[in-house]
Amino acid sequence: MVFSYFPGCTLKTKAKDLDLYTRKSSEALGLTLEELPEWQCCGAVYPQPRDEIATKLSSIRSLAAARDLGRDLVTVCSACHHVIKRVNRDVQTDADMAFKANNYLQLETPYHGETRVLHYLEVLRDVVGFDRLAERVVHPLKGRKIGAYYGCLLLRPSREMEFDNPENPTILEDFIRAIGAEPVLYANRNECCGGYITLEDRPLAVKRASAVTASARAQGAECLITACPLCLYNLRENARDHLEICYFTELLAEALGVKEGGGPQ
Amino acid sequence: MTDTNARQLAAEVIRISGADPKKCMKCGKCTATCPAFEEMDYHPHQFVDLVDKGQVEKLMNAKGIWTCLSCFACLERCPRMVEPARLIEAVRVAVIRQQGMNHLKPQDIPELLDENLPQQAITSAFRKYAK
Repeated sequence: MVFSYFPGCTLKTKAKDLDLYTRKSSEALGLTLEELPEWQCCGAVYPQPRDEIATKLSSIRSLAAARDLGRDLVTVCSACHHVIKRVNRDVQTDADMAFKANNYLQLETPYHGETRVLHYLEVLRDVVGFDRLAERVVHPLKGRKIGAYYGCLLLRPSREMEFDNPENPTILEDFIRAIGAEPVLYANRNECCGGYITLEDRPLAVKRASAVTASARAQGAECLITACPLCLYNLRENARDHLEICYFTELLAEALGVKEGGGPQ
Repeated sequence: MTDTNARQLAAEVIRISGADPKKCMKCGKCTATCPAFEEMDYHPHQFVDLVDKGQVEKLMNAKGIWTCLSCFACLERCPRMVEPARLIEAVRVAVIRQQGMNHLKPQDIPELLDENLPQQAITSAFRKYAK
């Protein structure tokens, strides 16, 4: 199955692991992720004000490019997914914004929100299926106690993201089980780590990140997985408690036996 | 600021936020769930209340507009769908859309960098703090 793929700015730079293991694992699962040609940065933060147009254009360009290729658009970074999915919904539901954006872009075919935006985790759950994924695992991560760190952007606002139950999500725990490890539930798995504030108010980022790792460690987690490069940075660099933090795709690649042979980071 | 200007500003904040502070039933859940509560001077429920009262200028000078993590906890958990995060964002935008009022300047960036800082942190800071 072929999908259009939007890696995003950080996956080409500081989060190469997230990109590399997404590609390797998808290949092992028989999925084809074709990087969109000439994609542009999504801007990393969804522009909330209703009158914002220019800040949504890069997302619309990517959405329209996937539409023109006739493919679903797969994202893996939580922030890219959040921004592109919400902008897509704006195009579908806000006629005034869609008119102005199309008027500016002058695309050959105006964009009206036709593209389906999928996070890679949704592809694993809904296209591959966690049962089938479990069958493809060659190195089950037996005995590993792993905490799922959802953070904010994948889950909220739930009526727009439609990703999982925002207060009691299960997708990452089901993923952890599928790769043979043991999921650890802890209170702060869907509370903000404060990553955004790291340039503005580092002590606040330290406090929030530490609350997440302390909560996870108290329940016995040995490692946390995330889909967000900023969460990874914040939990690794700012949390007082040094817990192992990695991308979910790295463990996936390990379980599928395709982790080795990756390029240097 | 004259009363007329204050009313216009509040109307503009409500318009661009797309939120309706009149729906608030003052339960305080937004503030109770806010992960930046201790660092904010004005809290999410006060943003809703003061925008409703037309006192946006007070909020424009609040530290809270820069402290909000945009985590959408208040918005998700509001039983009345008032969406406080949208109101906080609208006030922040009302500040940075003024000439010379960018909160983050490109020349500030080099000394904030460290080796592992992801591009996402810089991109998102510019989107949040500057126009």
